[in-house]
Amino acid sequence: MPLELRNLSLETGSRRLVDRVDLKVQDRGITVILGPNGAGKSLLLRLMHGLIEPTEGVILWGNAPMDDKIRRRQAMVFQKPVLLRRTAAANIAYALGLRGRSRSERTTRALQALELAGLQHHAFTPARVLSGGEQQRLCLARALSLDPEVLFLDEPTASLDPASTLAIERVLIDATHRGIKVIVVTHDVGQARRLAQDIIFLHHGRLIEHQPALRFFERPLSDAARGFISGGLVL
Amino acid sequence: MLDLSQAFHAALWQIATLDPQLLEIIGLSLKVTLTAVALASLIGFAVGGILAVYRFPGRGAVAAILNALMGLPPVVAGLIVYLLLSNAGPLGVLQLLYTPVAMIIAQVILVTPIIAALTRQTCEDLLEEYRDQLRSLGASSAEIVTTLLWDGRYRLITAVLAGFGRAIAEVGAVMIVGGNIDHVTRTMTTTIALETSKGNIALALALGMILLAIALSVNVALMGVRRLASRFAYA
Repeated sequence: MPLELRNLSLETGSRRLVDRVDLKVQDRGITVILGPNGAGKSLLLRLMHGLIEPTEGVILWGNAPMDDKIRRRQAMVFQKPVLLRRTAAANIAYALGLRGRSRSERTTRALQALELAGLQHHAFTPARVLSGGEQQRLCLARALSLDPEVLFLDEPTASLDPASTLAIERVLIDATHRGIKVIVVTHDVGQARRLAQDIIFLHHGRLIEHQPALRFFERPLSDAARGFISGGLVL
Repeated sequence: MLDLSQAFHAALWQIATLDPQLLEIIGLSLKVTLTAVALASLIGFAVGGILAVYRFPGRGAVAAILNALMGLPPVVAGLIVYLLLSNAGPLGVLQLLYTPVAMIIAQVILVTPIIAALTRQTCEDLLEEYRDQLRSLGASSAEIVTTLLWDGRYRLITAVLAGFGRAIAEVGAVMIVGGNIDHVTRTMTTTIALETSKGNIALALALGMILLAIALSVNVALMGVRRLASRFAYA
C-alpha cells in the first residue's frame, strides 16, 4: 500500500504547521521521518494515519483516500505508551477484539504477541506497573498482533535505555521482514542511520529532502540537513 | 429536662438488642437508597459516558444543567415528584405517592446528576489520554464509551459512593413524597426528624449513630478503593 501525499498542509490560526508537503513512500522497508524539534514530524505522522485532518491537500494510500477502513489496516505506537488499565494480555486482547477476532483467538494471539516481545512472564501483570521499556514493547506487541500493513511509530524510544531501544529496533527490523511497512519518527540521527531505508527530512513544517538513507547521510542536499546530521543547531 | 446520658444509654440498648422497630426503619432506608443508587448509576454511567464521548448540538447545555442539578435542593426534588405523582398530577393514576417507590424516584432524581457529572469527568480525563490510541485501533464511539467506563471503574465506585452518601442522608424529598408513614415509608432520617420533635431522643439518637456509622463505612470504603486502585496502577 504505497503512500502519496499531495500538497498536504495543516494550519492552526495563522500558523502553518505542515506546509504543502508532496511525497511518495514505497510500501516496503523502514521510512524515517527526521528533523529537529518542532519540525512537524509527529503531525505529519498523525496526518498519514488519519488521526488529524489536513486543512489542505490529500493523503492517498494505494490511490485511495485515507478513511477508517484503511486506518484499520494500520497500527500506531505513540511516544508515550498508551495502555489501558488492564493486564498486559488484556491490552492486546482488547485491540484484537476491536478488529473482530473471536474470544479464543484473542487469548492465543495475545500470549503469542507477548512471547515475541519477551513479556510472556508479565501476561497477567497490570500493564501500567511495567517499566517504561516494557510498556513500550507491550504497545509494539499490541500493534503487531493486529497484523498491520503499515506500522507508524512516533519517537518510540525517546525516553528508553539503550537495551530497550535495541530490543525495539530489532522488532521493527523483523517486522519489515514480514512485509510490514514501518514509518518511524525520530530526532535521533543514530537511530535513523541504523534503521532507515529512506529519510524524510522536515524543517519548519516543510519537506526539505526525501532521499534513500545512504545518499541522505553521504550527500545531504540542504544546509539544514547537513547541519542536523553533523549535530549542529538547526534554527 | 431531658437526661442526655439516659437517652444515650437507651439508644445504645436499642442498637445492642437489635430493636425490631429500629431494624425495620434501617432496612427500609437501605432498600430505598440502594435501589435508587443502583438505578441512578445505570442512568448516570450512560449519560456521563455519552456526554464525554459524543458531540451533538446542545451537549454543553445538557452538561451545564447536569452540573446545576448536582446542587438541587432535596425539598425541590421532593416537590417535583409530589406534583408528578399526586392525584392531580400526570402520573397520579399510578397511585405511587406515599410509597417507597415514590421515595426511590425522588432519590434517583437527586443522585443521578451527581453520578452522571462525576462519570463525565472521569471519562473525559481518560479520553484525553486514550483518544488517539483508541481511534488508531479503530474503536467506534460506543466502544469508546464502554472502554472508558470499564477503565474508570475504580473512580466510578467513588461516584457511586458519593451518590449513596447523598441519598442515605437525605430527608426533605423522602419526607414530602413518602409522608413518613409508620411501617410503610419511615426511614432513618425522617424518623430522626419526627422523634426529635416528639422528644423521643433515644430512638433518634440510635438512628443518628447508625447513620454516622454508615457514613464512616462509606468513607473507609472510599479510601480502600483508592488505595487498591493506586496499588495496581489502575488509577
